Amino acid sequence: MSVELDVFVVNTTIMDEEVYQLWLDGYTGLGHNINQLTHIDILDTVIHQSYESCYLSAPSSVNDAVKVRMEGGVLEGCEASAEVLHSDTMDQYRTFQMCERLLHSPVKLANQLLFQIPPHRQVMLIERYYAFDSVFVREVLGKKLSKGTKKDLDDVSAKTGVTLKSCRRQFDNFKRVFKVVEELKGPLVENIRQHFLLSDKLARDYAAIVFFANNRFETGKKKLHYLTFQDFAFCAGQLISNWTVGALDNMVEDMDVDLEKEFLQDLKELKILITDRDLLDQHKSLVCTALRGKTKAFNEMEANFKNLSRGLVNIAAKLTNTKEVRDFFIDLVEKFIEPCRSDKWTAGDMRLYLTHYTNSAHVLDTFKHQVVWDRYMGVIKSCILKMYHD
Amino acid sequence: MPGKLKAKIVAGRHLPVMDRASDLTDAFVEVKFGNTTFKTDVYPKSLNPQWNSEWFKFEVDDEDLQDEPLQITVLDHDTYSANDAIGKVYIDIDPLLSSEAATVISGWFPIYDTIHGIRGEINVLVKVDLFNDLNRFRQSSCGVKFFCTTSIPRCYRAALVHGFVEELVVNEDPEYQWIDRIRTPRASNEARQRLISLMSGELQRKIGLKVLEMGGNAVVGYLQCFDLEGESGLVVRAIGTACTLDKLIPGSEIKETLPSSSSPPPFSPSKLCSRQSSSSDTDLSLTPKMGKTPPPSSPFLTLCLLLSSPPTLDLTEFPFFTLTCFPPGFLVHIGGVVSARSVKLLDRIHNPDEPETRDAWWEEIRQEIKSHAKALGCHAVVGYSESTTICEEVCILSASGTAAMLNPRFMREGLCVYSRFDDASPPSCGFCHIPYDEFNMPFPAQLTYCYHCRRQKVPDVLFTTIDLPAEAAVTGKGCLIQARLCRTKKKAQGEVNATAISNLLPFMEYELHTQLMNKLKLRCMNALFGLRIQISVGENMLLGLASATGVYLSALPAPGGIQIAGKTPSDLSYDQHISTMQKRINDTIAMNKELYNIHPPECIEEVVGSPIPDRQRSRLFRSTSESSDELSELDLSHGKKDAFVLEIDDTDAVEDIQSLLTDAPMPAGFYSCNTEVMPGIYNWTSGLQMFTSVRVYRLNNANLTNQGLNKIFTDLCENLLKSLYFKLRSMIPCCLCHLNFTVAVPEEELIQVRRHTPKNTSPILFIFPINILVSIRELEFGENEEQLQFSMELSSSSERCSPLPEVRSRSLRSTRSLPCGAPVTVVKMTPLSFLPRTRIVKYLGIINMFFIRETTSLREEGGVSGFLHSFIAEVFAMVRAHVAALGGNAVVSYSMKECVFMENPNKNQAQCLINVSGDAVIFVRESDQEAIPPLITCGQTSTTGADGTT
Repeated sequence: MSVELDVFVVNTTIMDEEVYQLWLDGYTGLGHNINQLTHIDILDTVIHQSYESCYLSAPSSVNDAVKVRMEGGVLEGCEASAEVLHSDTMDQYRTFQMCERLLHSPVKLANQLLFQIPPHRQVMLIERYYAFDSVFVREVLGKKLSKGTKKDLDDVSAKTGVTLKSCRRQFDNFKRVFKVVEELKGPLVENIRQHFLLSDKLARDYAAIVFFANNRFETGKKKLHYLTFQDFAFCAGQLISNWTVGALDNMVEDMDVDLEKEFLQDLKELKILITDRDLLDQHKSLVCTALRGKTKAFNEMEANFKNLSRGLVNIAAKLTNTKEVRDFFIDLVEKFIEPCRSDKWTAGDMRLYLTHYTNSAHVLDTFKHQVVWDRYMGVIKSCILKMYHD
Repeated sequence: MPGKLKAKIVAGRHLPVMDRASDLTDAFVEVKFGNTTFKTDVYPKSLNPQWNSEWFKFEVDDEDLQDEPLQITVLDHDTYSANDAIGKVYIDIDPLLSSEAATVISGWFPIYDTIHGIRGEINVLVKVDLFNDLNRFRQSSCGVKFFCTTSIPRCYRAALVHGFVEELVVNEDPEYQWIDRIRTPRASNEARQRLISLMSGELQRKIGLKVLEMGGNAVVGYLQCFDLEGESGLVVRAIGTACTLDKLIPGSEIKETLPSSSSPPPFSPSKLCSRQSSSSDTDLSLTPKMGKTPPPSSPFLTLCLLLSSPPTLDLTEFPFFTLTCFPPGFLVHIGGVVSARSVKLLDRIHNPDEPETRDAWWEEIRQEIKSHAKALGCHAVVGYSESTTICEEVCILSASGTAAMLNPRFMREGLCVYSRFDDASPPSCGFCHIPYDEFNMPFPAQLTYCYHCRRQKVPDVLFTTIDLPAEAAVTGKGCLIQARLCRTKKKAQGEVNATAISNLLPFMEYELHTQLMNKLKLRCMNALFGLRIQISVGENMLLGLASATGVYLSALPAPGGIQIAGKTPSDLSYDQHISTMQKRINDTIAMNKELYNIHPPECIEEVVGSPIPDRQRSRLFRSTSESSDELSELDLSHGKKDAFVLEIDDTDAVEDIQSLLTDAPMPAGFYSCNTEVMPGIYNWTSGLQMFTSVRVYRLNNANLTNQGLNKIFTDLCENLLKSLYFKLRSMIPCCLCHLNFTVAVPEEELIQVRRHTPKNTSPILFIFPINILVSIRELEFGENEEQLQFSMELSSSSERCSPLPEVRSRSLRSTRSLPCGAPVTVVKMTPLSFLPRTRIVKYLGIINMFFIRETTSLREEGGVSGFLHSFIAEVFAMVRAHVAALGGNAVVSYSMKECVFMENPNKNQAQCLINVSGDAVIFVRESDQEAIPPLITCGQTSTTGADGTT
């Protein structure tokens, strides 16, 4: 005796959040596999080893999900067997698969008629679907969201331990959001929130991902490995709200995925701070006077002042070049954070130094670029403070 | 021209991409009614077209208005080739024809294609202007209201109950016409959908005419069924109860809907109308040829007449009522279940306009039912229903109901005043008192004085097909009781097959009955309500499934235990075996007493003069008989054997005991029943969830014995229930109400297609469209109530802590404007006739829809399960959309009547037919329960209350 068909459909869709998470995490369901199966040339299976493990061994994957649920103790207190659990898991997986199409454009989920889902459940579905693993996003952050990157996802999957299916979903989400907001005008975060009905936090994260992908910031170098996605997301937020076209004027036609060209041009003017010897010395003495006696690392600060200042101003001057923009973070780490770290500055030292470094420039009479300086240093300061940790 | 139908096509959304090149669609719409077609302009290059068309006007006869659906077809314009159809919407405009129902149909409808499923949505406005037609010979019956609900609808009062109405229409099935060989599956499916829509429209109109002739204005308990007879045609038949309903004035509504204060409807014994050659009542006393009932002796007959004579019961030809729930005082006594089955051989319907054969078949069965009722001393049958099961050319027709005495005072025409009748049996037990004469009992039964009033005699057990009367005194809680049975049968053709089946039927009925009885005893209960016995035929087996809700009626005597006796008491180990069995049974009984909270007051067992010398404990059901063309004589009573002594030597008894003890107990927090309300539970929350579950099993073993099959079948049912309990565990405490099982053994024809199954196995499919079931959260009673209610609120408010809490609150949500317009109205669906803790303020009309879905890419759609899952979801979506368009926010008395599934995995194909029905309503929450003013737009109200449904 075998079960040929087994469905359970409810008027108001019931969803078990735990099963949803399993599904999102890539414990693949049977129905979907069959779906995919038809597109796979069987000969390809050798090449796509991981692909195979994800899709062809369908029944075992659903069994994985069943196993996880059993270990989680769902059956406790219920007189149910693994069979019952299997059937329940399959039902839910099918529902999720049918919903997936709608989740690709969350606005549709609210006015589609196929599933009656209470609004707060819809929010949960969307939020979880668009949630991502920080280990995964760290791997693709700043990379071009292209087919090429997608092909490398099995490596990413192997490296991060996130299932390939989940990697694909997350990658496709990034790409989908990117494609939609790319064409839109107005503030980035707001656009994402409106088109994908995401929470503020998640919308900001997506804005960061889109921003990084668009500007192709390098984040994969070994020296940057210590930085988390949240560090980058914070920096992206700073850049978006201060250095883009939309930063100053929301009504501007362009959107805030690109850095403002004029501003980058103006940054070149800051070079005077390091090229003019007098100005450099004057700046140094002002900063040192302010810092003296306030920190243990004073000596190192004094000794390194010129190097550090050159580092920061050079980063500013190079930003007109798109290639250099990509190295923005690596430059910050190499030119500023690493020297300070080797001198054992504390976070407090860093804050103190940057505050005085920024403010002292205002006192320099011959330095005329106060506005640009503030706009530049404001972002640099908060980025460095965020990035200055182990 | 008695009517003008107006339709306007507003817009579309989420249309599929029809032009690959541009990823867009050039959509336009055809609106068709009868033979008239209008078209909108093409709205180029958009997936969300805004047609905003003019009003298309159709001037039509109201006859057509009743029969025809409005057909809306969405197409993709193609300059060079034929236009591609995107999908269709059929709108039944019947609700617009009654002045009290909906006035406009307006809303988003899913665009449905029989091959692709739902493909986008379309916004449509439909109105009807009716001109008064005073023509006495008119063919239409506009204005007659139809209700699926099997009780008097909540916002009406029954002024008169006229009685039984029935009709059937037949036609050729388009699927089997010659043209089907050359047309596409889509065209064939659409032809079929349209034909059935037309036929049910016609059927409803004809029944409406009968109602008008009887002087009524409504049909309550309308039950429409399809018989897909394959080659021999398509039968659509319906039965119902004609009534004259008065709408309650809103002010008095609350008071009136309470069962205790609503006035009982009197009966009108109006004459049967147009029905051709209605047989006169005199026929009945003959108790004709199918006399399997113990032939009533003449004194009995006269007594019977005496009983019912005072106000002569000149009821209609068939004094049947499809209602299962009655106003207080309506039911006087209940006799017991009456049922009749008949096995027929199908032949081609030669002349669709005169469906005489089918009519005659049903007529025969109804006569039999009537005579059974008479044998039980009853003049009416309540909770009446009819069904068929078809396997190739063999068709079993079944009818069942509950024989009852109705209050004769209600029968006088026009007399609406209710007076308590003289011999005033208390309402809480009166219905249990025997209607028949105790000295001439139609079957052996043990009588005692009523445990409630001590004045009248009651039987020891009571089986009925109706709902538990609201006023009945009940001890403890009720529970679902099922008897399951499988019998093998040799493969045969034609007449031989029919004979074999009809020979098996009585035995099945008998065994099902024994099982029910034993299970009832095991649960320490003494009455069954909502009994439904389904027998399905397959190629080589028969399946029987009986479901009912067991109750302990305080008025009836406490049930005795179950004794096991061995035939060879000398054997010691055997004795031991028996005594362990006995102990297990006794333990189970004790446990069940606790579980269902049954603690009857200790009474002295006073068996009063049962005139039958040998104390045969038997049941009322006995009168059930089999009627078929070739039926053997069968004594349905247990003979000399005491019903509750199970002899273990008997293989049947072993089986019985096994099935008794394999019933797994329900997990804590769950209750289940197949009636509308759970006996013994009174505190309902408004949380409600409706679900449908379908399972198909394949039997691999060819040579199964009856016993083996039984075990498998029982396991399947039990597993299904376990699965439900598991899925619904988050809703505890909850009650599964109206749990309605359906079994089918699909034809071999379908199975043969699966050639890859090994030769030596004989695969058999079981389909369980478990129609419907609601789960309702139940609050514990007594002092705990406040506390529990609080904790429920708590759980729902924790759900509110979702990432975006503002979405939950209504005021904010409306400000969240979404690009494609307002959020979708929440529509609740329930098989119950009411929604707990709410008030139904308006009935908008009957929903009766038939869908076909077919696929040629079964694997790609996720296999059979994926295919059916999405189809059922689509059907729900279409029902909800129609209700929302009528302005409603719920469907009550919803049921999925038909779910036929066929597959051919080798060709990667599958086809499924679904028929659903229900009543569209507007409900409001009871204002004292929720802090929501009752007259907020309904859709919104229900969203806030959706806590329980999650």
